Amino acid sequence: MAVVAKPPGAPAVKTGRLRAWFYKRFPIEEFISDQLVGYYAPKNFNFWYFFGVLSMVVLAIQLLTGIFLTMFYKPGEATAFDSVAYIMREVDYGWLIRYMHSTGASAFFVVVYLHMFRALLYGSYKPPRELLWLIGMLIYFALMAEAFFGYVLPWGNMSYWAAQVIINVFGTIPGIGAGLVLWIRGDYGVSDATLNRFFALHVAAVPLALLLLVMLHLVALRRTGSSNPDGIEIKDKLDANGKPLDGIPFHPYYTVKDTVGVGVFLVLFAIVVFFVPSFGGYFLEPANFEGANPLSTPPEITPSWYLTPYYAILRGIPNQRLGALVLLLAVVAYLLLPWLDRSPVKSMRYKGWVSRTFFALFIVSFIGLVYVGLHPVQPLYVLMGRICTVLYFAYFVLMPWYTRIDPVKPVPERLTFHAHA
Amino acid sequence: MADAGVIGDGDLGVDDSRRKLLVAATAATGALGLAFTAAPFVSSWTPSERARALGLPTEFDLSKLEPGQMATTVWRKQPIYVVHRTPQMLASLSGHDALLKDPHSSDSEQPAYALNLLRSRVPQYLVLIGTCTHLGCLPKAHFEPRDPQLGAYWPGGWLCPCHGSRFDMAGRVFEGSPASVNLRVPPYSLADGHKLVIGVDQS
Repeated sequence: MAVVAKPPGAPAVKTGRLRAWFYKRFPIEEFISDQLVGYYAPKNFNFWYFFGVLSMVVLAIQLLTGIFLTMFYKPGEATAFDSVAYIMREVDYGWLIRYMHSTGASAFFVVVYLHMFRALLYGSYKPPRELLWLIGMLIYFALMAEAFFGYVLPWGNMSYWAAQVIINVFGTIPGIGAGLVLWIRGDYGVSDATLNRFFALHVAAVPLALLLLVMLHLVALRRTGSSNPDGIEIKDKLDANGKPLDGIPFHPYYTVKDTVGVGVFLVLFAIVVFFVPSFGGYFLEPANFEGANPLSTPPEITPSWYLTPYYAILRGIPNQRLGALVLLLAVVAYLLLPWLDRSPVKSMRYKGWVSRTFFALFIVSFIGLVYVGLHPVQPLYVLMGRICTVLYFAYFVLMPWYTRIDPVKPVPERLTFHAHA
Repeated sequence: MADAGVIGDGDLGVDDSRRKLLVAATAATGALGLAFTAAPFVSSWTPSERARALGLPTEFDLSKLEPGQMATTVWRKQPIYVVHRTPQMLASLSGHDALLKDPHSSDSEQPAYALNLLRSRVPQYLVLIGTCTHLGCLPKAHFEPRDPQLGAYWPGGWLCPCHGSRFDMAGRVFEGSPASVNLRVPPYSLADGHKLVIGVDQS
């Protein structure tokens, strides 16, 4: 049913009565024409531009599987661990729902880290997208909180000790630390009270916050439009109709492209869920297959892989209070990025060897910190962790300097894009 | 939903049959995928292994049940009434068909071997699901005939305290009751003369 281009608001040529009833009462047509067909995105999106929509897909997967897990899981010191075993062994397809949720948690961070990587690579955080970046960082923080709360819920031994350790980090805050820790726990030690409140936060509070933040994130994106691998603003060059010369309508081009990307992602996701859900012990840690034991710390306490870089930074600093402060700075540093980057160009494509070197070192140090955080505290790993921490902070702290002295390349007038033959 | 693109396909004489095929094929595959994905979630709501294990047939020892006595046991989370009926109770079952809504149990729920006047495998033992067929309360036993509370016609049976439904000594519902069908009979079998197995049909 081909429809001719029309001004928004005018009825389509062959509109059924039911459709017309809805259109009059709900701005569906305007939404389609303004936000889908009428929203122009740069035509040179590459692989790195899949991860936004993939993040939303994983969010949906976690919400669905999470809701179903809540139907069978029983929060509470005495019942939590057994209820997870009940889900795995006795609920029809409970094992599948559980594995989808645990794989989804790690998949969320894979996708979000690659999404953030794209932003660093192409300077998507630079003006006018600073607020978009900040909202995104809030999503990242909420995600880390959500993952932490969720990890405690199975009440395995690692769940218990992760809660113990992370809550104790808050104890390092001068003055209020001890009282704060007692308040967070709701008890003199991590216990039933802690578990139940983490359940409420994980199932209701943080998901609602995430949904709100994601909506804000999309609104901010819509306002500025998306950036692109060349880092030049497509709105600067418009055609006779006021549409960007180097832009294409989001629908159908990127809806179709994203459908393919989502399809590929789901295949990979399914492979992990069905064949390697524990992923060698990285997605489901062996220590968590035993119940919580307050009298027995696992030989190696590590958080899940997606939180290990910050853990590695913390462990590398011999002073407890200073370590917590540096941990906070490591997480918060991202917020300053739009103002640290003094480069006249947005995208790494046109930055010089200085910026590229620091960026490469940052990526290497981040991966290094993940690696270090997964290993026990031994001299080799501590040294490696400290070197990586220095490189990590160097990326941020020295950025105002090196982005200014960096020999940038001339930025093209029009988007570089090579269509398929 | 408005179709794709700025240019109307009809304007340029473009053949959009390929696009239609692709959209249809993708939509069909997507729908299939959605169905396969939904299946485990829907399935998770069926009774779990644990519920099925707890729902296995239960046994009841009839040897301790005196004539005229009723015992209440449980099967699949439901109350089960087991009555050792006396000859007088059995006699009370005839003669009031006109007062019953479903005297031949044609609308009611019972296994084939209970589709008879006495609604049981053997006359002396009656097995019923003790759930009122109105809205689910437990009917109370009133086995004395001509019970003053219930009237001179009362042959003995059950009275439901919630909304007043009445049933006779075979669980058949009286006219004037909010309930519309007789009390349900579960599948059961008798073994070794005094063992009642609720939940299986085979003897």
